[in-house]
Amino acid sequence: MAHAQAAIMDRPPERGLDVYTQKVGMWVFLCSEVMFFAGLIGSYIVLRFGASDTWAAPGEVLNVPVTAVNTFILICSSVTMVKAFAAAEADDQKGIKRYLLLTTLLGAMFLGVQAFEYTELVLHGEWQGSHGFTPAAGLYGATFFTMTGFHGFHVFLGVVCLAWATIQAYRGRWGKDHHHGIEVLGLYWHFVDLVWIILFTIVYLI
Amino acid sequence: MSDHRAAGEEHGHKAPNYMLIWLYLFILTIAEVGIAFLSTFPKWVIVVGLLGMAVWKALLVALYYMHLKFEPRRLRLVALVPLPAAAIMILAIMMEYI
Repeated sequence: MAHAQAAIMDRPPERGLDVYTQKVGMWVFLCSEVMFFAGLIGSYIVLRFGASDTWAAPGEVLNVPVTAVNTFILICSSVTMVKAFAAAEADDQKGIKRYLLLTTLLGAMFLGVQAFEYTELVLHGEWQGSHGFTPAAGLYGATFFTMTGFHGFHVFLGVVCLAWATIQAYRGRWGKDHHHGIEVLGLYWHFVDLVWIILFTIVYLI
Repeated sequence: MSDHRAAGEEHGHKAPNYMLIWLYLFILTIAEVGIAFLSTFPKWVIVVGLLGMAVWKALLVALYYMHLKFEPRRLRLVALVPLPAAAIMILAIMMEYI
């Protein structure tokens, strides 16, 4: 029994970086993600500079109020995620369950709103005289769906992991001595939020 | 909340006020939308302002929600590594138009 208890306790920080291994691994992964999204954003900037007349003004095609609400949802999910981590550090089991569940639901809500936005654009969008705004609608449509689609895929992966973490919370897995999993998942989730903050500004507002 | 703050202190720092950071993010998002649609400034001023606020929001998330402000300096360096690399990549792509 003592052996089983020890097995689920978090490992102490490693020497060197003075951080536990999983956190270093997540940060290195996030570094690669920065390069991935920098590639997308860099391509977007170049394509837009090169063909600015084929881009719509903010709000002309895209539904900015709906997306602003979606941005707010993602920001709220970030605060519930960090609250789940704080609850785990404090061994507050009710808090861990409540905040992880809330984060999962808010992430799923973000995806639902994005699905609604895509559906509206494809079925009722208007762009350069043609009905329906799709990935085939020139560079504007291609870059919009590529960037927001890849971000949405990241959110989807995050929601799957959050759902798993929530189930584990209801089984009593997380606590004061075992919360590295929540912290590492939180790093990924906050990064997804951070990327959306940049994308919302570049794609929807400028 | 006080329990959570005590937990943060165990990790060698006082836990940040997460709700205050959330409020900043909320206000900045509203300000961004307002500036984008209601302001009468020249386009370049709007673009610089919006990018500045986006970077400000991103920094708040990275420093306080991702706890970079409280991490060991060496881990902060790891997190900063891709930024110059990303800047070089974007500038290299933009050279096509120079």
